[in-house]
Amino acid sequence: MNANNASLNQLQTLIVVGNGMVGHHCVEQLIERGALDHYQLHVFSEEPMRAYDRVHLSEYFTGRDAESLALSDAALYQTPGVTLHLGVQVLDIDRTQRQVVTAQGRVTYDKLVLATGSYPFVPPIEGAEGDSRLVYRTLQDLDAIRAAAANARRGVVVGGGLLGLEAANALKSLGLEAHVVEFAPRLMPVQLDDFGGLALKAQIERLGVGVHLSRATQSISAGEQYRYRMNFANDEFLETDLIVFSAGIRAQDALARQAGLEIGPRGGVAINDECRSCDPHIYAIGECASWNGSLFGLVAPGYQMARGVAALLCGQGAEPFVGADMSTKLKLLGVDVGSIGDAHAHTPGARSYQFIDEATASYRRLVVDAAGKQVIGAVLVGDNSYYDTLLQYLQNGIALPAEPASLILPSSAGAPTLGPGALPESATVCSCHNVTKGAICAAIDGGCGDLGVLKAQTKACTGCGGCAGLLKQVFEHELVARGVSVDKSLCEHFAYTRQELYALVRVEGVITFDELLAKHGRGHTGCDVCKPAVGSILASCWNQPILDPSLVPLQDTNDTFMANMQKNGTYSVVPRIPGGEITAEKLIVIGEVAKKYNLYTKITGGQRIDLFGAQLHELPDIWGELIAAGFETGHAYGKSTRTVKSCVGSTWCRYGVQDSVKMALLIEDRYKGLRSPHKLKFAVSGCTRECAEAQSKDVGVIATEKGWNLYIAGNGGMRPRHAELFATDLDDATLIRYIDRFLMFYIRTADKLQRTSVWRESLEGGLDFLKDVILHDSLGLGAELEAQMQLVVDRYECEWANALKDPEKLKRFRTFVNDKRPDPDIHFVQERGQRRPIMAAELNLIAVTEELA
Amino acid sequence: MSQSNTQRTLATWKNVCNEGDLVRNSGVVVWLDGAQVALFYLPDAEAQTLYAIDNHDPESGANVIGRGLVGNIKGELVVAAPIYKQHYRLQDGQCLETPHQRLRVWPARLKGGVVEVQVSC
Repeated sequence: MNANNASLNQLQTLIVVGNGMVGHHCVEQLIERGALDHYQLHVFSEEPMRAYDRVHLSEYFTGRDAESLALSDAALYQTPGVTLHLGVQVLDIDRTQRQVVTAQGRVTYDKLVLATGSYPFVPPIEGAEGDSRLVYRTLQDLDAIRAAAANARRGVVVGGGLLGLEAANALKSLGLEAHVVEFAPRLMPVQLDDFGGLALKAQIERLGVGVHLSRATQSISAGEQYRYRMNFANDEFLETDLIVFSAGIRAQDALARQAGLEIGPRGGVAINDECRSCDPHIYAIGECASWNGSLFGLVAPGYQMARGVAALLCGQGAEPFVGADMSTKLKLLGVDVGSIGDAHAHTPGARSYQFIDEATASYRRLVVDAAGKQVIGAVLVGDNSYYDTLLQYLQNGIALPAEPASLILPSSAGAPTLGPGALPESATVCSCHNVTKGAICAAIDGGCGDLGVLKAQTKACTGCGGCAGLLKQVFEHELVARGVSVDKSLCEHFAYTRQELYALVRVEGVITFDELLAKHGRGHTGCDVCKPAVGSILASCWNQPILDPSLVPLQDTNDTFMANMQKNGTYSVVPRIPGGEITAEKLIVIGEVAKKYNLYTKITGGQRIDLFGAQLHELPDIWGELIAAGFETGHAYGKSTRTVKSCVGSTWCRYGVQDSVKMALLIEDRYKGLRSPHKLKFAVSGCTRECAEAQSKDVGVIATEKGWNLYIAGNGGMRPRHAELFATDLDDATLIRYIDRFLMFYIRTADKLQRTSVWRESLEGGLDFLKDVILHDSLGLGAELEAQMQLVVDRYECEWANALKDPEKLKRFRTFVNDKRPDPDIHFVQERGQRRPIMAAELNLIAVTEELA
Repeated sequence: MSQSNTQRTLATWKNVCNEGDLVRNSGVVVWLDGAQVALFYLPDAEAQTLYAIDNHDPESGANVIGRGLVGNIKGELVVAAPIYKQHYRLQDGQCLETPHQRLRVWPARLKGGVVEVQVSC
């Protein structure tokens, strides 16, 4: 007891004034570094609740409450030796007595840390009061905004900086028409240059936010249409129901001024490299501190100061504070904005590369030093995927690539992005908590194998969250480098890959999603990742009609309605035209149907005809007519067999050596309705001239004098790949047998949404392995694969014919289940003799009354 | 203020369609005085089994939400918009990807084989 008392008496008192993000971080760091062995810790907070996340403040309006925004468990402040005084304002500091003064009395300190933060600056404007003088800083401010918004239609934010745009987002999420009024001639004048500001303006105007630049509010008076009227120069004005000021922040240095501490030239407590004020017992950190005349309004430098002071007070070596990187990466109103280093190219001799895309209002600028060797700054608007790489170039002084512009150009040509493996150990991944790649590796070596745990252990990505993407990349890269397998779970409901689920379905004979989820999954319902994937597996294995009641909820949109949804919500219809061969009678039927339902008609690349613009309720009628004329569904909507393209072959062509059309018909008839991880395209050419382009298909067949050559795993599309020659001079039966095996082996082993080309490239052992399995039956799977294919073939039934027979299945094909009208918002215009969807820009040409009639 | 109070007191349940019009674990759309309301029927869900949410997809501008796929993400029921695949919470219409995007929702119930949606008049 005595010993305890003695040690208690030796404890000094440390007071932290302010419990914002930085003050809180300081307390956390103090506790972690063992400060409670030396100090009694008192924390004073003017606000009535403990520290919360101001970076994500706007989420308060989109579902998060105060508690979920809190930065720590309440337990932290219940640690013995820590006292949190909530809602207690420090009124004065008595430096001679070393006491802080509150309404409740005085507390003596040995050391004092000021973390009083900042307050919003509201310019003195005549008539600004009440709901026309709101600010955006604390939860209480947000409550006031919410109350003011209750009966409002329009809200204006004064200030187009980072916080102002956040505030505009908050107004928007409250359902208000939001406007931003900025004094400067561009948005985010501190972080962005002129072009960047223009691009950002264009993007947020597209989101329906009004932007008014170069305008200073001179007075606020009563409005006519809205509560207030903001009066600008030249008799311009803007009316609104509420006004939020976000015209900059000022350091909250009132206490320090009162106590006679030295103040920086732009306000704030003047501090040295150790964050010490002119009084050796008083420190200042975060937004209330002025280092070298500069104030730091971001969380990362504040945390840096907090760490330094905590280390110093615990008698540990602290890195001096020598300024901070003010780079920022944000999503403002859903628009990516990034600013790195010397964004304005103020450095003497700095040179810039700029990329402007007016179509998407994207903008990127790369600033390099005079020697052209290093990145010194960047501006990004519209796409922050470039941010991490650019920041790493800057922070680690990595030498520029030969073509520096490639760092900001659209990355189609394989731009030299900096992979996580290329980063040095010293590279900072999280700048808020100063976590290096080395620290992450150390945590992984220490046994950490979960991203969430890694974040908790290292604090990486728990500040602004901007490093989330990079952290995940580094984490996965390092795990793989250590031979640890990375979680490849399909989604939160299944801890299996597609291949594993396929095996479970196949081996256990599972025929419904619910059964699979109950036996091998977690939770209920599933999601839009696992449902279509399992739906596809079930179809590949058992080929039941996809509109059977247990299968309907699994299908992706296009499969549910057995048509392809287009951008305006209408559908396109593609009847199967096997091999591209069609009679005049059938052509006429397609023409008549297209005419009757006024469908836009286009020939596809797969030798069929696509009919566009059908509304949901028209689909059964259209299919009724097509099926009556002998058509079947073309599965254009499914991850399934699409088309078998063919040239006319030996029947007509003077060069043809085999009947390619007949073979195409045989193949299409066999595999139609086969569902697979991705779409499947086939082609058959009648001679080596290859008019059917079979070498660009998943399965290509080219006639030879002796039979058929089989090519596999080609595709067109985004990344074309030539099919590879797989087997030569095959007779008809062998050709089909190999295709059976090949397709079923692909379906069994591919990942979800993986085309045959990518699957083939990912196969260990490559083409030789595949030949062994398919041609030489090295795994003894041949007969099984053929039998599985035969089951699918035998069960084929035209899905549309099946659905038309069943009124239950047709129930969904109604635009409105309680009304006969078509969707009144679908409009078409005529172009080149057919109709097409109206563009958004043309919509105002339509009289509103017409819609309501 | 007075306006919103009036609205609250005059909210009424409106018959929009029959139970038989619904499709299990999926959506259908009803016309409700100029609004398009998507109805999702989840008979096996633990708490609420019927949800009414705006059919208009703000990202594509098309009226297609009722044709989206229903899912469960981190314990919350959502519908995936069919065109650009954003997820909207069935409970309150909140978009999980874009915080400022929120769809209108209505209280809905099944009463004696009839589907009712609560509207303010």
